[in-house]
Amino acid sequence: MNFKLKDIGPQLMTVIAVVLVFGFFTYNAQVNMENRGIDFGYGFLSQESSFDVQFSLIEYDGSHSYFRAYLVGLLNTILVSVIGIILATILGVLVGIARLSPNYLINKFAAFYVEFFRNIPLLLQIFFWYFAALRALPLPQDAEAMFGISFLTIKGLFVPAFIWENFNIFFYSIVAAIVAIIVIRTHAKKVQETQGKQIPVLLISIGLIFILPLLSFLIGGVRLSFEVPVLKQLATTSFIYEGGVSLPPELIALALSLSLYTATFIAECVRAGIQGVGKGQKEAAASIGLTQNQVLKLVVMPQALRIIIPPTTNQYLNLTKNSSLAAAIAYPDLVLVFAGTALMQTGKAIEIVSITMFTYLSLSISISLFMNWYNNKIAITEK
Amino acid sequence: MFKYLKQLTSLVAMVAVLFTFTTESMAAKKSKTLKNTQKKGFVRCGVSQGLPGFSNADAAGNWTGVDVDVCRAVAAAVLGDANKVKFTPLSAKERFTALTSGEIDILSRNTTWTLSRDADIGLTFVGVNFYDGQGFMVRKSSGITSTSQFKNGISACTNIGTTTELNMRDFFNSRGISYEPVAFEKADEVVAAYDAGRCDTYTTDKSGLAAQRTKMKNPDEHIVLPETISKEPLGPVVRQGDSVWEDIVRWSLNTMIEAEEYGITSANADSMKTSDNPQIKRLVGAEGEMGAAFGLDNEWNLRIIKQVGNYGESYKRNIADTGILPDRGPNELWTKGGILYVPPSR
Repeated sequence: MNFKLKDIGPQLMTVIAVVLVFGFFTYNAQVNMENRGIDFGYGFLSQESSFDVQFSLIEYDGSHSYFRAYLVGLLNTILVSVIGIILATILGVLVGIARLSPNYLINKFAAFYVEFFRNIPLLLQIFFWYFAALRALPLPQDAEAMFGISFLTIKGLFVPAFIWENFNIFFYSIVAAIVAIIVIRTHAKKVQETQGKQIPVLLISIGLIFILPLLSFLIGGVRLSFEVPVLKQLATTSFIYEGGVSLPPELIALALSLSLYTATFIAECVRAGIQGVGKGQKEAAASIGLTQNQVLKLVVMPQALRIIIPPTTNQYLNLTKNSSLAAAIAYPDLVLVFAGTALMQTGKAIEIVSITMFTYLSLSISISLFMNWYNNKIAITEK
Repeated sequence: MFKYLKQLTSLVAMVAVLFTFTTESMAAKKSKTLKNTQKKGFVRCGVSQGLPGFSNADAAGNWTGVDVDVCRAVAAAVLGDANKVKFTPLSAKERFTALTSGEIDILSRNTTWTLSRDADIGLTFVGVNFYDGQGFMVRKSSGITSTSQFKNGISACTNIGTTTELNMRDFFNSRGISYEPVAFEKADEVVAAYDAGRCDTYTTDKSGLAAQRTKMKNPDEHIVLPETISKEPLGPVVRQGDSVWEDIVRWSLNTMIEAEEYGITSANADSMKTSDNPQIKRLVGAEGEMGAAFGLDNEWNLRIIKQVGNYGESYKRNIADTGILPDRGPNELWTKGGILYVPPSR
């Protein structure tokens, strides 16, 4: 009995302390809000928001509810985070490998990039890309066309929009290609395990992913046309492009600065991972007759990934959370739209800030869970 | 013996508790905010992050502007010295939270008086110190001279967390014009983005446009369009629930406006004590008991006029002489064609 109490005593005390602290804060907030005549409630979420948002992935205007505005902000946050994570990963891996290059110039350039971008505060970089780089961009009427169809201007990047006919058939063809690739891969693995024969899976996969969608164009009746943005005059000296898709400069500046910044950390993770695999491993692999590519694919990368994944997860989480700096440059993310405008219009500070915090928490935990799952999948399975 | 002693002590303790309770409630009759302010020795005032004419700090950190003068007037009234103010610069987003959480006691930050703000979020508006309306600024070279020339696809830069965002939607919606709202958190960033050409128009209160125009790279390249799309009565705000403090702030502002009406200035205030007009005498503390109800002495209003000046002096010093809005427009006294009209101090 005595032994048991010693075991659970500290834990019980911790729980009580946590409950007390939270209880105190809740009670304190309640009393103060009552004193100041502020009422608490989430009913405002269904009220009409009556403000517009610059850029939204779902249909939204001021006649929709605050909840819809919340979704707009959330989706914009997810959008910039996903773009940022993809770009940062590609750039980070490239730079990480470049840092190990025997080529002096490539090696030093990569090192310079890493040291430069990771040592300048992110907010400053965002300001630089938005305000300094933005000023250098041409006005819509002076913009040179890129490839004849896209325009990079101070008001954003205007690119052609895809106009599909029978898009669903095209979509099914891609799904079919992916399913076929998975089947072939499983089959190839079996063949190799049982008969020792190797099937060129990569070549077949590339072929499938191109040929099936191509067939959908040729015989499936899928048509694709482009809507090219056209310059429109608003006033004597003010212009805008109409038609096509426009990416606001705020999104471009934010995605660019987030990925340039985070890529430096990912590059270091990648370098550490590759260097963390012992030289003996490579030599041993080479000595049993594996080719250079096989050594990388079968011996080095699986071990390097185990070192790379956990710290890279941190970087993905950082990037997602850093995207809240968007408020500084008018990108309508969760913080600007919901914890900014919506908070001001409703005055529901505690409700909105708590929802926002909870949302970031959920986002981060989702990324974290996914990366942990992936990490477990590639971890060494001891036999 | 000991038994009695015990009873006696508890009796004394009870009386002591009762006594503290009564003195406490007597003091509580005075305003809690007033008590705290007098104890601290300064008025805690929330202002903008820099809006010339309204609240703007110079290089030495001295704040000037008509919004600043409201806080200085309150300091003169309750502390006897208009300089005993601690200014807290706040963004549009932070301002109400700062006030309701008790970080500041007066919010004098070009804030529009609206029903939902007054009723919903634990605030009380005490008056209007500037009648404003929302307008649009465009580049002169655009050739736009009226909002009727706005076309679909126009981009408009503004601040978040203001009535501006809502008015803008009402305006463009009612005219069926599609527009791109680009909303920043800080005014300086709005100006920078508009100045760079990110937006075709910059919209906020007209006084704000006039003030921000002076900050642009080349002010002459920009014009403010004549249309006014909303009513924006700007005024000081206090927390709900302290009616004495609310009255002090309200009547400090009213005193400045009424002083102008009766021609009392910082220069002649002392000599007005011997005026024949009883209304003037009340305004300089020479007649009646005009401070007692607030828990203040009788010369609180005289100090405001002497140290800060009347409304006209404040306007001239901060807004007219700085070239922001030389014409007082609606912010002229009701006796001179404007709409400034305050209840009488009596």
